[in-house]
Amino acid sequence: MSVVAQADTVAADAFQVTRSRQNVIWTGVAALAVVVLLALFPYLVYSGTTSLMVQGFIVLTLASMWNLLAGYAGLVSVGQQGFLGLGAYFVLIFALHGLSPFVALPLAAIGCGVAALPLWWLVSRLRSGYFAIATWVLAATLMLFIERFNSLGGGTGLPLPGFTGMSPRLLTADTYWAGLAVTVAALLTVYVLLRSRVGLVLTAIRDDEVAARSSGARVGLARLLVFVVAGIGCGAAGAVLAISQLQVQPSADFSISWTAEMAFAVIIGGLGTIEGPIIGTVVYMVLQQTLQNFNAWYLIILGLVAIVVALFARRGLWGLVDSRLNIRLFPVGYWLRSAWTGGAPVGGAPLGGAPVGAGPVDSGPVGSGTNPV
Amino acid sequence: MAWVNAIIQGVLTGGLYALFACGLSLMFGVMKVVNLAHGDLAVVAGYVGVFIITVTHIPVLWSFLIVVPVMAVVGYALQRTLIQSALNRSVLTTLIVTLGLSMVIENGLLQFFTANSRGIGAGLTLVTGSFSLGSQVELPYLLLLIFAVAVAVLLGMQWFLSRSSYGRLVRAVADDQEAAQLSGADYRHVFGIAAAIALGTVALGGLAFGMYSTLDPTAGTDTILLFAFVAVVIGGLGSLWGTLLGGIVLGVAQQIGAQINISDELLAGYLIFLVVLVLRPQGLVSRRART
Repeated sequence: MSVVAQADTVAADAFQVTRSRQNVIWTGVAALAVVVLLALFPYLVYSGTTSLMVQGFIVLTLASMWNLLAGYAGLVSVGQQGFLGLGAYFVLIFALHGLSPFVALPLAAIGCGVAALPLWWLVSRLRSGYFAIATWVLAATLMLFIERFNSLGGGTGLPLPGFTGMSPRLLTADTYWAGLAVTVAALLTVYVLLRSRVGLVLTAIRDDEVAARSSGARVGLARLLVFVVAGIGCGAAGAVLAISQLQVQPSADFSISWTAEMAFAVIIGGLGTIEGPIIGTVVYMVLQQTLQNFNAWYLIILGLVAIVVALFARRGLWGLVDSRLNIRLFPVGYWLRSAWTGGAPVGGAPLGGAPVGAGPVDSGPVGSGTNPV
Repeated sequence: MAWVNAIIQGVLTGGLYALFACGLSLMFGVMKVVNLAHGDLAVVAGYVGVFIITVTHIPVLWSFLIVVPVMAVVGYALQRTLIQSALNRSVLTTLIVTLGLSMVIENGLLQFFTANSRGIGAGLTLVTGSFSLGSQVELPYLLLLIFAVAVAVLLGMQWFLSRSSYGRLVRAVADDQEAAQLSGADYRHVFGIAAAIALGTVALGGLAFGMYSTLDPTAGTDTILLFAFVAVVIGGLGSLWGTLLGGIVLGVAQQIGAQINISDELLAGYLIFLVVLVLRPQGLVSRRART
């Protein structure tokens, strides 16, 4: 560990290593204010707006999870709708046994996390596009399997029980809060995960997998963790979906179009950043609301936009913002400041965009040497 | 005898799946591209076929002579433009770009040609006819033809890659792009040729599927792409004859599943895929594990 020691001495002498330029507390306060404001929405706006926002919460949760998979762990999954559907069906199963769907939500999410373990064992044998298709086959298999149970509604699905006696207004508000809670939890998990040691490994995989492996990063373990977390997140989103729709339906809950939505929100917003999925979801929802009367055109345009962004603006919309202003709403990297460079992000800039030492070899010692809050 | 019939049908449909899969296998083998728009391009080929037949009234099989070269040209153009520029960036970009392309094609077909399903050559003896072996076993002419075509295509690809001088070039580029480039081979052109061949075969697959079943905008991803991938993974990545074997295994599993319970056809196919994934992740034929 002499490298670490060296980095420490150097850091102490000539460099200052911080998580971000601004005080993180202010970002935290701002984020808290936004969450509080959002939590007050059911009192402020019409229920049409809140149910639209629940849709947005579902997409944002899914997008953050897909970003964690594809943007950091290098796992392009086309089968996350499998966890979405599984989450919805877990809620149904618990509700059929008399549990309130809102209580069933966290249980369903945990159930999806448990289910992710054997599924990871199956799909982790394949890489790249073959991994993508294997996840898809898994999702299709899960759907066909669930359709066999007539007690769960077979191929047509069932209405979700457990809402009797709730006033419609309270139900809408509760659904909204559930969606908000799931989204905040998802973003917080992603943020904490990426600031941890595992996050360092994930950032290293994102930047250069071979280099990460050769520096001794436990790539397989980090991937397993991400797959399970993404399973939990997508399952929770599926549970929110079931509650907001008041029913489960296999073909709708296991639809491949969910994966298209989450992928495109991430790609348009910016792959491999926490901020990207948020911007991408906003853009996605705006596009969806403006173009929804044009049927298939909306998906054609979405597909074209994704191709153009993937080819010409690889870091997405957030990348465009970031490259000009160099800001982080969620600082997960490190800033290395010295007398002569002023300050440059280390291991935090997406897709090799950092001018100084973006490689995992550099950020490793720096990261393990200093552990700010 | 019903079981024997199911197995024979399964083997024959395996030929169709191999036809879907061999282009995918070739593109992955040569340029490491996993083309997620593969199935949609097959559906496009089928729609072009339907269009040509309704406009010109030429015999069904003659239309193949137009559609296959047209799709080959499309493949070359697609590789030289979209896929190559995605390849220059990263593997992830090729996945995203082909996923986007798949979405554009699928919804484009939906927008311009509605969700109605279309068949090719309905009512022809070739499509509906069959001859019987004994009382239970039926051999449809169409499936026999498709199987024969699949074997012929695979033999042709095998011969092209291992014997012809251009095939040697393709293998050289697949092995080491830069070394081949230094020796004077333009790897982009070679990639284009490989994509042209891949799309030629997938055009055959799309047309065959249109005759065997019906085409609709979602068939490309729901059926063709998924079955093609399953066949490739079962058979073993990058092995042409493994692809045929994978297709046959998938076809037989589906037919046996359907024999048990008509709604279990798809489930049986996916389960055999998962079993292969557990027991032999490198596929039945390939010796190299993982890529």
